[in-house]
Amino acid sequence: MDLDIQRIRQDFPNLHVSVHGKPLVYFDNAATTFKPRVVLEAMDGYYQKYTSNVHRGVHELSEKATAAYEGARGKVQKFLNARDAKEIIFTRGTTESINLVAYSYGRHSLKPGDEVLISEMEHHSNIVPWQMLREEKGCVLKVIPFNDQGELIYSEFEKLLTAKTKLLSIVYISNSLGTINPVQKMIKAAHGRGALILVDAAQAVGHRRIDVQDLDCDFLAFSGHKLFGPTGVGVLYGKAGLLNKMPPFHGGGDMISSVTFEKTTYNTLPYKFEAGTPAVAEVIGLGAAIDYVLSIGFDRIEACEQGLLEYGTRALQKVPGLRLIGTAKEKVAVLSFILPGVHAHDIGTLVNDEGIAIRTGHHCTQPVMQHFGVPASSRASLSFYNTTAEIDRLVEALLKVREVFP
Amino acid sequence: MSHDSRSELYQQVIIEHNKNPKNFRKIPSPTHEAEGYNPLCGDHLHIYLHVKEPGGVIEDVSFEGDGCAISKASASLMTASLKGKTRQETEVLFDQFHRLIKGELRPDKDPNVLGKLSVFSGIWHFPARVKCASLCWHTMKGALEKVKTVTTE
Repeated sequence: MDLDIQRIRQDFPNLHVSVHGKPLVYFDNAATTFKPRVVLEAMDGYYQKYTSNVHRGVHELSEKATAAYEGARGKVQKFLNARDAKEIIFTRGTTESINLVAYSYGRHSLKPGDEVLISEMEHHSNIVPWQMLREEKGCVLKVIPFNDQGELIYSEFEKLLTAKTKLLSIVYISNSLGTINPVQKMIKAAHGRGALILVDAAQAVGHRRIDVQDLDCDFLAFSGHKLFGPTGVGVLYGKAGLLNKMPPFHGGGDMISSVTFEKTTYNTLPYKFEAGTPAVAEVIGLGAAIDYVLSIGFDRIEACEQGLLEYGTRALQKVPGLRLIGTAKEKVAVLSFILPGVHAHDIGTLVNDEGIAIRTGHHCTQPVMQHFGVPASSRASLSFYNTTAEIDRLVEALLKVREVFP
Repeated sequence: MSHDSRSELYQQVIIEHNKNPKNFRKIPSPTHEAEGYNPLCGDHLHIYLHVKEPGGVIEDVSFEGDGCAISKASASLMTASLKGKTRQETEVLFDQFHRLIKGELRPDKDPNVLGKLSVFSGIWHFPARVKCASLCWHTMKGALEKVKTVTTE
């Protein structure tokens, strides 16, 4: 069941642009993915034919927009296999989803001395909200270390997990290392200690099928734009029982049942957490992205990407001195590397001359860079629409970098 | 219009100064020093100066740190061009270098005293890299003004 990559590439207009007169090679999918035409058309359709606010009007367009918006919620529910659509909260992205849990759950439930457990490979968005909470609530932040392959040290996790642990907030797949963490096992262990679990699925959502009931996580966060959908929309999944007990995050329209100056009663789930006019077009676009991804299927996506990972891992060894950062046994097609003597930003600028887009810098994971003792790394993050021929072009470009920096 | 970094940015002078930077050392008892940091790319520099008063002549200037080729070469070329300059001359250079990297000063047309520093004239075509070249200059200025830490953000 090989993917017909050339046909699939036709679905993504942005793959067909030129950079420096050369066909673009887009290897920055961990930063954001390209959007298939069906997503653009779904958003355009809303703006061209039924622009209106949701949950407000009784007129034709508003009803149509509301149906499309809520329809997308249903698609997300099925996509994650959540029990109920009301467990799907639309946010601006993973960062806002994590902050929602930190502010709404953390601020009201955590006490001084309570522990929040994260890992050394978290994105800054799963570090900083907890540090801010620590400042305010006096809770304690503990960090699970990883080994030099970029795999979490499970025995350390077991030691750090205690009765004091109230929340385990853990990244499913690392954006800078590509490591797939054994979240299911960790969730089971954390539940055994009475902790809640938030899964940061920002990088996982475009590469692996996610079943929140099977995982049994309490919260799960992801962004639409890393799932071939638009920017500006994300999802927080939460178990209804927990979400019902949590106070609202933002106050405003749509999240209320009634308002007087004396008292306001809040709306039910999921609206309690969706204050203000939501990103209607983006939510509709996200729904279309989910349809698109499911039409290809995660079995095929995974098989294709594993092929690219193996090919890329071998091919990059042709570049003298290149060292891969992140060599976990279980990983996705993220190839982070350093070239001794050449700074990542110089690599990024030079390969850009060849029409190749990679990410260079600390990838919003400075602790990961500190672990490996490097200020920055270069990262090629691939998706199923990439090809082995594109990997060859990266290798050629890196050999040219070596010519500039012998 | 695209610009080729190999011909416009990574010229031989820059590659050479990156490889063998001038004044890459610490001054034992500097009269002025500051740390510069570019949080975007992690470039990190320390600038040391020995200024002789009265007169305010820079007798010695050096740097240490870690960064990309552009930031390292820029610091190397800066230290080489500042030695023996007065504060006033330094300010003129700072101003001209700034206009150069923003594309506002054309070294082949506009009068200037940049000398070798004009090797950075193409950098304004690479907006993400302008800060790499300017970090050392801001840090040097901060040091002279007795600011301890300078960031480019």
